[in-house]
Amino acid sequence: MKRWTLFIPFVVFVLLGLLLWRGLYLNPKHVPSALLDKPFPAFTLPTLKTGESKTEATLQNGKVQLVNVWGTWCISCRVEHPFLVELAQKGVAIIGINYKDENDAALKWLDDLGDPYLFSVDDEEGTLSMDLGVTGAPETFIVDQQGMVRHKHQGPITSANWPELKTIIDQLEQSKGEG
Amino acid sequence: MQHSLSLLLFLCCSFMTLHSQAIVNGHEYQFEEESKAEIFRHLANELRCPKCQNQNLADSNAMIADDLRRELYQQVKEGKGSEEIVDFMVNRYGDFVLYRPKVNAMTYVLWYGPAALCVIAAVVFALVMRSRRREEDEAAAENVQTAPEKAEGVSSEEFSVEEQARLNSLLDDDQNDSDPKGS
Repeated sequence: MKRWTLFIPFVVFVLLGLLLWRGLYLNPKHVPSALLDKPFPAFTLPTLKTGESKTEATLQNGKVQLVNVWGTWCISCRVEHPFLVELAQKGVAIIGINYKDENDAALKWLDDLGDPYLFSVDDEEGTLSMDLGVTGAPETFIVDQQGMVRHKHQGPITSANWPELKTIIDQLEQSKGEG
Repeated sequence: MQHSLSLLLFLCCSFMTLHSQAIVNGHEYQFEEESKAEIFRHLANELRCPKCQNQNLADSNAMIADDLRRELYQQVKEGKGSEEIVDFMVNRYGDFVLYRPKVNAMTYVLWYGPAALCVIAAVVFALVMRSRRREEDEAAAENVQTAPEKAEGVSSEEFSVEEQARLNSLLDDDQNDSDPKGS
């Protein structure tokens, strides 16, 4: 047997070690959205405040926007809310999906804490949220100028993770400028 | 405890068979046909709760699992097939919801990796065994060839005449001390 063949087990060991070592740093809770780079699912839902009917066509408006899933029953949403208000003041377009919530409670929430949303649709049955693959609130989607889903963020948006989202939004806005 | 558990199990089983009913996570789901109840039970066990790390729809109390069970129930009642429902779930929640991942380019390693490793291990084992056996055979053959030479003291080409003479004298000395064939 040639001498170098003696090193094969060692090489196999190193490769396996690298594989497992990488596995230690993967986040098993990170579930990529099944809707990435697909059109925002079709919906027809009334808005919270006026009851006016909105459809997915509203999102195909030539602007990059955030679609934020929220509910008054969701504690993390309360944590996230002030930051969304801040973003809205900076001019970020945010659309709300009020997920399985009581209308009265939701309206009171927006009155008390401020309303960062251009409008919120009332997804009382959770059908739109199911079509979006929402597993809980808050979740935020970045939807591009043509109404395509480009990114999904699970959990509250904070000043810590906002730069990451902002980069994606900026890139989408630039690609529109070039194209 | 064990007795009451088995009784419970018996009750569940008898309910399921008699009334086309699926009892999942403490809820009763009524079906007109047993085949539908069967699909429901199967999918509730096969589909993973998207928010949970390791619970299926039947097992989880998460809100999303509850919603998906209801959706599953509706779709099964409407007479949708297993595949159609699985596609519905995967289109929304991705492959994550499948406890039995689909066979595709992403999952070949997962599906065939262990079998491939077994085959590789078997091949390596066979090769090692064969080379070892060949070495043994060759060694045995050499022994057969060289042994009579040594015994007869026939000179090898590698030795010069003087060297051979010296070797012979050494061997003779040795033979006087003890029997080399015995050692």
